Amino acid sequence: MTGGLSVAAMLGELGLDPRKVAVERNLEIVPRGTLGDVAVAEGDAFEIVHFVGGG
Amino acid sequence: MNAPQSMSSDSWTVAGRTFTSRLIVGTGKYKSLEENAAAVEASGAEIVTVAVRRVNISDPSQPMLTDFIDPKKITYLPNTAGCFTADDAIRTLRLAREAGGWNLVKLEVLGEAKTLYPDMRETLKATEILVKEGFEPMVYCVDDPIAAKQLEEAGAVAIMPLGAPIGSGLGIQNRVTIRLIVEGAGVPVLVDAGVGTASDAAQAMELGCDGVLMNTAIAEAKDPVLMARAMKAAVESGRLAYLAGRMQKRRYADPSSPLAGLI
Repeated sequence: MTGGLSVAAMLGELGLDPRKVAVERNLEIVPRGTLGDVAVAEGDAFEIVHFVGGG
Repeated sequence: MNAPQSMSSDSWTVAGRTFTSRLIVGTGKYKSLEENAAAVEASGAEIVTVAVRRVNISDPSQPMLTDFIDPKKITYLPNTAGCFTADDAIRTLRLAREAGGWNLVKLEVLGEAKTLYPDMRETLKATEILVKEGFEPMVYCVDDPIAAKQLEEAGAVAIMPLGAPIGSGLGIQNRVTIRLIVEGAGVPVLVDAGVGTASDAAQAMELGCDGVLMNTAIAEAKDPVLMARAMKAAVESGRLAYLAGRMQKRRYADPSSPLAGLI
């Protein structure tokens, strides 16, 4: 991941709609309202999830 | 639980949300999202369970469940299927809450892959933590009246005992314990897992359950949309029969026609 990028910008680069996903950064939830404020740093571990069919 | 004046006024309430349909359906195992949506429509369900999974960043444009089943019309109930520890389940639901924006969730913490039987120690632990964090967990559990009570005391907003193992379609294996759970519960009780066909769903409702949750019984039917209709009718029939109050069983016959005036 390149430095200086916000999480929102990263989602945009990946082609993901921020309204449809949830993001966890280094095991902490990144609240939707702060996706544009949180910068992506070298070594960050992300989980990006959404709802899929399930029981 | 009071008998309603008419079927149209027969609703149930979980964590302050009131629903008319007593059938909750899963959204897994369907051949296509179109078939899934058609089955949900036919089932009349107002709540669907959904899973939380990683997005496929190599193909972000692939169709999404939310494009076919509108979360504004149907309540999405995020589920922790596939979680084997309290920590994994809690982490999954924190993400689900962020993705969806609501606190009503389904908790299931499984003990082993072979039976998918719930791990009640981890389930109870997760329930306590989730409630502290403001979640409203509907909790999948064993058909054990004591465990059910403990979950309720921990803050579960609904108790969801298995009828039989997940995906087995074996039907309700222990009617006695399901009934004991219903009688002891102060929150809604829904049979979750094990339903195979319409009569199983009707039986759950006849035992006094507030609802039934199923996935495989519909998704793996030869005609899922038709089975969804069958399940809708079965849940309604079972509910009506429960409210009507069934006749007492007798060990011997009792004629339906009068004996007086017999030629």
